[in-house]
Amino acid sequence: MANKEIIRLDNIRRYFKVGSEEVHALRGVSFTIFEGEFVTIMGTSGSGKSTLLNLLGCLDTPTSGEYYLDGVAVRKMGRNERAMMRNRKIGFVFQSYNLLPKTTAIENVELPLLYNSAVSSKERSRRAMEALEHVGLADRVHHKSNQMSGGQQQRVAIARALVNDPVIILADEATGNLDTRTSYSIIVLFQELYKKGRTIIFVTHNPELSKYSSRNIVLRDGKVIANTQNDDIKSAEEVYKSLPKEED
Amino acid sequence: MNIANLFKIALRALANNKMRCFLTMLGIIIGVGSVITMLAIGQGSKQSIKESISEMGSNMIMIMPGTEERGGVRQSSDNMQTLKPADYKELQDNSSYLKGISPQVNSSGQFINGANNYPSQIYGVSPDYLDIRKLEVDEGSMFTDRDIQSASKVCIVGKTVIDELFPDGTSPVGKVIRFNKIPFTIIGTLKAKGYNSMGQDQDDVVLAPYTTVMKRILAIDYIQGLFCSAISEDQTQDAIDEITELIRKDHKLKTSDDNDFTVRSQEELSSMMSSTSDMMTILLACIAGISLLVGGIGIMNIMYVSVTERTREIGLRMSIGARGKDILAQFLIESTIISITGGIIGVILGCGAAFGVKAILNWPISIQFYSVVLSFVVCTFTGVFFGWYPAKKASNLDPIEALRYE
Repeated sequence: MANKEIIRLDNIRRYFKVGSEEVHALRGVSFTIFEGEFVTIMGTSGSGKSTLLNLLGCLDTPTSGEYYLDGVAVRKMGRNERAMMRNRKIGFVFQSYNLLPKTTAIENVELPLLYNSAVSSKERSRRAMEALEHVGLADRVHHKSNQMSGGQQQRVAIARALVNDPVIILADEATGNLDTRTSYSIIVLFQELYKKGRTIIFVTHNPELSKYSSRNIVLRDGKVIANTQNDDIKSAEEVYKSLPKEED
Repeated sequence: MNIANLFKIALRALANNKMRCFLTMLGIIIGVGSVITMLAIGQGSKQSIKESISEMGSNMIMIMPGTEERGGVRQSSDNMQTLKPADYKELQDNSSYLKGISPQVNSSGQFINGANNYPSQIYGVSPDYLDIRKLEVDEGSMFTDRDIQSASKVCIVGKTVIDELFPDGTSPVGKVIRFNKIPFTIIGTLKAKGYNSMGQDQDDVVLAPYTTVMKRILAIDYIQGLFCSAISEDQTQDAIDEITELIRKDHKLKTSDDNDFTVRSQEELSSMMSSTSDMMTILLACIAGISLLVGGIGIMNIMYVSVTERTREIGLRMSIGARGKDILAQFLIESTIISITGGIIGVILGCGAAFGVKAILNWPISIQFYSVVLSFVVCTFTGVFFGWYPAKKASNLDPIEALRYE
């Protein structure tokens, strides 16, 4: 692939000390993700999935091995530098949305830009509006987070992940709290973003979802056991349309 | 990180919790309000005490001739002749801390008006004497400097003497009374002052020009004492030092010589007064300190709870790029906004309460500018100080743990 390397993991190991025992969460993980890929990372609980996600999101650093994000080595970075990386290069989407309570959609979306002093307040609201339009919430801009449905809240969260124009979007079980139909609507949104050239990593334990991504990485016991290219990407939109509208 | 953005973040966070924010503020509001009110009442009563004490002549200074030994016998200061009218002139011309100066010479004797007579004292003084002793003219007027130059036989009489000499209640002004056969025209009367704290009748007094008493009654060329008043209470000590220096110079005393005069002030009164006001200030400072401490602990308590409650929010902020110091700054700004806003409301309410006390209870009040400034400074300090620990705790959270927190 001629595309640019966004993520390169080089024999990543991550050990934790729990009491007197050492837990080996990741035991030498290596893979590369290129620009414009939609990668699902799968694994059962205990496979090291969360640890890997934390490392990819610069929330944690590996015990050994090297992690290059957009060409920059992360392992030796301090807390503040990693915070900067998260702010500029990564967009997080969480299972439980993690919107600020009693705060409007646009204020939630603006949040990452508030921590970036290079962005003026005018620029900030313009970009937040744009991101909300991308996720189809242009008419919900001033709704508060607790006045929105789960699907809408997750869309706001995706808009928040997009607003700083990151090199990668990290989604952690982003459909885990949603019903099937709404889940598919979110997958549709991710597929749209993929078509627009965004790089997406979607961490999940649901094997169904691998059909809609361009690559699937499977973890077990802290090791990569499968890394398969998917040349036959299914359209989530078709499934979404086939599902009945009301399910009371 | 942009400070304006941090303020925006902190304000939004506070706006989400208006009720709690207000309740936290309440501690500071009550603290500052009570400090302002207490200080206003305290200062007000201090001032009114000060006024009534200076009514008694707290800034009065007395200069008496010094005692001397003659052949081993100590002489009474009444017989000493070391103070001269020249000393009076010297003080008048050169002192800078004195408001009023009056010589005093006195003689006791029998006052006679027709069939009535009464033994009393005649005091030879200058017009400044009234102000120094806080005496006031009731009817008629005080004698003038011209009367002093001409040693006129005029006098101004106290209430007790009037009652004894004019029992029928006729106005004494313009009448002539005799003192040891010398006729004096009464040109004024003094307002009654009653007994002083030593049990002396302050109205049993007749004032005449000191020159008249010196020349026509006593036939002396010295004065028995000098009464002065310092410009203010605080300058009394400076005034005493200056008087000592001036009179020593005037008397051409060598540095090795003892003073041939003594200078006394109402030290007891002023020291009593300053100890009273010091006590008051310490007491009020204690109250102020305690109430602000309680308010501050309130802030710390709430911020601490808030950090725990908002752990996920903190985790989220960190995951989207907030650094530890951004979180620290946000929490510090929040606590400082609470304390300063509380302080402003407290100042307003405190001033209002002070005026309320004045209007309803009619107590004297005096709102001190420094107390307003002080409360403000203390408030800001309280916000930062008591907000620091919770804010530090928030900024040290691990984003992974915080995001997983339930």
